[in-house]
Amino acid sequence: MNQPNAEAPLGGADAMIAMNHVEKWYGEFKALTDINLAVRKGERIVLCGPSGSGKSTLIRCINHLEGYQKGEIRVGGTKLGDDAKTIDAVRREVGMVFQHFNLFPHLSVLQNCMLAPMRSLGVSKAEAEATARQLLGRVKILEQAEKYPAQLSGGQQQRVAIARALCMRPKVMLFDEPTSALDPEMVKEVLDTMIALAEEGMTMICVTHEMGFARQVANRVIFMASGAIVEEAPPEEFFGNPRHERTRRFLGEILHKH
Amino acid sequence: MNYTLDFTPVIEGMPALLMACLGTFGLALGGMALAIVIGVGGVILRDSKIAPVRWLVKAFVELIRNTPFLVQIFFIYFALPLAGVRLDPTPTAIIALGINGGAYAIEIIRGGVQSIGKGQIEAGLALGLHKAQVFRLIVLKPALRAIFPSLTSQFVLLTLTTSVASAISAYELTSVAQRIESDSFRSFEVYGTITLFYLVISWVMMRFFAAISTRYFSYPVK
Ligand SMILES: Nc1ncnc2c1ncn2[C@@H]1O[C@H](COP(=O)(O)OP(=O)(O)O)[C@@H](O)[C@H]1O
Ligand SMILES: [Mg+2]
Repeated sequence: MNQPNAEAPLGGADAMIAMNHVEKWYGEFKALTDINLAVRKGERIVLCGPSGSGKSTLIRCINHLEGYQKGEIRVGGTKLGDDAKTIDAVRREVGMVFQHFNLFPHLSVLQNCMLAPMRSLGVSKAEAEATARQLLGRVKILEQAEKYPAQLSGGQQQRVAIARALCMRPKVMLFDEPTSALDPEMVKEVLDTMIALAEEGMTMICVTHEMGFARQVANRVIFMASGAIVEEAPPEEFFGNPRHERTRRFLGEILHKH
Repeated sequence: MNYTLDFTPVIEGMPALLMACLGTFGLALGGMALAIVIGVGGVILRDSKIAPVRWLVKAFVELIRNTPFLVQIFFIYFALPLAGVRLDPTPTAIIALGINGGAYAIEIIRGGVQSIGKGQIEAGLALGLHKAQVFRLIVLKPALRAIFPSLTSQFVLLTLTTSVASAISAYELTSVAQRIESDSFRSFEVYGTITLFYLVISWVMMRFFAAISTRYFSYPVK
């Protein structure tokens, strides 16, 4: 796996995602403070931190599910503004997987995967179906293609959600605690899917507390607290020699739990 | 109690009564179609970015839901001509029914839309769909499913309310019945008969809606 280059210039030529001095408020409440983050093509970032530290807010700013008030976010060279045009451009390149899957209940698994390519990219029905079947095969759930979300287990639903996002052929995938809503026995199937995706070279930002996954897959692990990035290091260093007291405390708590 | 039943006028008037059922259906269908348009449009405008638009929709809903239907239909039929808008009884009745049903539909549909989790909308947006597409392709069907029982009973109510249009002599079942009754003085027989007619109409509609529900809203949910 690539060695991370912590010195990568922010917003440099090979930055897939660049966040420069990003600040976000929810009304009076400051949710993100001076976020600087550059993610290169093919890089895999794990984002962790206590609940309420701003992890979701950070990744939701990248595809503009949340707006931000200060700084700059670039995705694949597009500067993310407040206008529909750049937001559209960015959303077509960035896939997102949610904690609660958010599959569309009234559409079959196959239709879930075909909807956005057809309606957003204007792909033909035949092509959308071929892509959907291919990617459902890749997450090993093709045999459930005609079923509805409610007929699947949580782990299966999350794998469909991953396939659905991949059907847009994104350049980046964002994961917001994709395994936290799952029964323990289903966590592995989803993590395995994510690992396979990482091995294929997908650029990924994963909010997760699965530290085994972080060790195995991440180029860098980022620890957030109170809306700021506290520590950022390759996994060996992050787990072996955390520099900040808050990181140590956090790791102590969650490694103890697992 | 010395009333002898005599159904002769009803039997003689039967073809006219049956034809009038078509008039009732026409008013009901027109009213429902308009109510759906107003309902869906109103829900979209109800959450418009422009504040006065939101207020207008809210005011409309309050106005319609807190005034009698008979007054509304009289207003359109008798008062609007003073402002230069003159409509025949049938279009008047359809518009009044559509406006009235639409005001209720806005609130009902809105409840359905609000029952759809934020996560559904976010998933659609994250997939690159526009707000309007998210509404049409993702929110609408599950929302309609959630409210289908209340929306359809509102529609049955709207259908029965067509009888109020007899007050402006629109062509429908009650006004035809009134005419037969005033010619024959057979109130019990005439109104008893159309009571049964309305009962059958309601029942047929409910079966029809139930069939739609099984056809379109039978996807499994947890
Ligand atoms: N829509 C919102 N409105 C107001 N405050 C919010 C909103 N979303 C999140 N917050 C607040 O922002 C902070 C960060 O939230 P979040 O990014 O969800 O944290 P995390 O994902 O790390 O648990 C929390 O304090 C949360 O209460
Ligand atoms: Mg979160």
